[in-house]
Amino acid sequence: MQKIEAVIQPSKLDAVKDALVEIGVEGITILEARGHGRQKGHTEFYRGREYSVDLLPKVKLEMVVTDEMVEKAIQAIITTARTGKIGDGKIFVSKIDEAIRIRNDERGEIAL
Amino acid sequence: MRLPAVKVFLVLLFAVIFGGVVANGPLALAQAPAAATVATTSSASQADRIAALEKQAADNATAIAAAQTAGDNGWMLVSAALVLMMSGPGLALFYGGLVRKKNILGTMMQTFAMMAVITVLWALVTYSLAFGEGNAFIGGLHNVFLRGVGLAPDVKYAATIPLQTFMVYQLMFAIITPALITGAFAERMKFSAMLVFMVLWALFVYSPMAHMVWGKGGLLNATLGGKFPCLDFAGGTVVHVTSGVSALVTALYLGKRLGYPKVPMPPHSVVLSFIGACLLWVGWFGFNAGSALAAGTLATSAFVATHFGAAAAALSWSAAEWIRQGKPSALGAISGCVAGLVAITPAAGFVTPMSALWIGAIAGVFCYMMVVKVKALFGYDDSLDAFGVHGAGGTLGAILTGIFANSVINPIFGAGKATGLLEGNGHQLLNQLVGVAIAWSLSIVGTLVILFVVDKLIGLRVSEEAEREGLDLSQHGEEGYDWAH
Repeated sequence: MQKIEAVIQPSKLDAVKDALVEIGVEGITILEARGHGRQKGHTEFYRGREYSVDLLPKVKLEMVVTDEMVEKAIQAIITTARTGKIGDGKIFVSKIDEAIRIRNDERGEIAL
Repeated sequence: MRLPAVKVFLVLLFAVIFGGVVANGPLALAQAPAAATVATTSSASQADRIAALEKQAADNATAIAAAQTAGDNGWMLVSAALVLMMSGPGLALFYGGLVRKKNILGTMMQTFAMMAVITVLWALVTYSLAFGEGNAFIGGLHNVFLRGVGLAPDVKYAATIPLQTFMVYQLMFAIITPALITGAFAERMKFSAMLVFMVLWALFVYSPMAHMVWGKGGLLNATLGGKFPCLDFAGGTVVHVTSGVSALVTALYLGKRLGYPKVPMPPHSVVLSFIGACLLWVGWFGFNAGSALAAGTLATSAFVATHFGAAAAALSWSAAEWIRQGKPSALGAISGCVAGLVAITPAAGFVTPMSALWIGAIAGVFCYMMVVKVKALFGYDDSLDAFGVHGAGGTLGAILTGIFANSVINPIFGAGKATGLLEGNGHQLLNQLVGVAIAWSLSIVGTLVILFVVDKLIGLRVSEEAEREGLDLSQHGEEGYDWAH
């Protein structure tokens, strides 16, 4: 089992989600987030005062999938979320020790 | 079976209509004999006829007066409600959107508290101090507890509306004026200190200023025996200069917000401010056109001037911003509209629509420069620009009123007598400056003394910890936005 965390542009959420469902990812958690990578923010003016906004709105997706699904999911995210411009986001993958379904104590991949 | 039912219905309908016509016939005829009765009196003695005519004339006069009172009073009650709407929700939303989200309720409560506190105070004493008989500077105590403020008109103030309508209408001005000041000390003043400050301010700054400009025998009153007749149709000096200048004094006395100007403090919701500003624009028709104190032609000219001033200022502020920053912001457009409304306030009811456009256009650019340039130059933290918009815009408007006032719109000094500078009455500009100078002086001295007293008594500022936490939690024990539920 591995966890995939992907930070993407908010406007790409629907496309990414649909692609993941299509390849068979069952569970997904979506968070509204703010942050930045190498992408610089922008400036806003309020009554002449300049504010530099470097925390930009992003969407973060989290899902835990079986090992064989990992690469498929990564490809699905990359192909749908990429615009080729700075600010497209990042994907992080990490190992998961255990998964437990609260409803009936199922453990392991069956709980995904 | 359905068709006959329809037929029966139609027959019945015709019967009702026809019956109505027949029944009305005799009724209509019944009026003819009544008219004939009047005609037959012609055969009575001349004295009887004259008596009858005199009675009819008296009845007509009563009916006409009642009709005018109904019309004027209707408009004035609506106007009073519109001016209250400017405070809550108008100003509360306008200011509420401009602060950080941890202070939204605290900021809105400051305005709302005025709606309650100033109202009670008005009934007890401040109406009397502002509008009761007194000397040139302040009213007396004859009308405390609203004694003598009944439903009959006070001919000197407004001959065609109940004095209580006048009283409650003026109250709405007394509410919004201190509420405007709250923009200067936003996000850092104790709620308790704010309440005490505002009560004292209403007693010792607003009441005398309102009396001087609008009260009987006030020093600056243009129609009721003032020594320096100052033109202030709806409160350029009384409302905007006093609140704006007091705001500046308060901002300087309290000092900057923690972290200002290094920590960014952008408005948390320009959307709320936008709704608030639009409510202010609409409410301002009650503020300015209502200041005609009747529903006649003067109300129309004040209404028109108000609208044109607001529109021109929204455009000129936006244009200035567009040129200087490259983009016209929503906050800029609504701030410009408020600046224009402020500047046209003393002038509405004295100026032509074209002059109103000029006043608005000048005010938009002027207030923009005050807010963007002058504030940055001096570095004071007038958090929501109460001084930059109301103090500066009110002062500008009072001066421009002396220039643009026109006897065709309002022959306040008598028919055909020059009113403003452009008509040839340069002396009026001087009187306007006297009014402005008095409003500035009273606001500076009064506010400073009150701040000092309240600071010594209970302290003005919240603790650093409370300021970081936000006024919502620290002052009121609640939060405007609860993300967890």
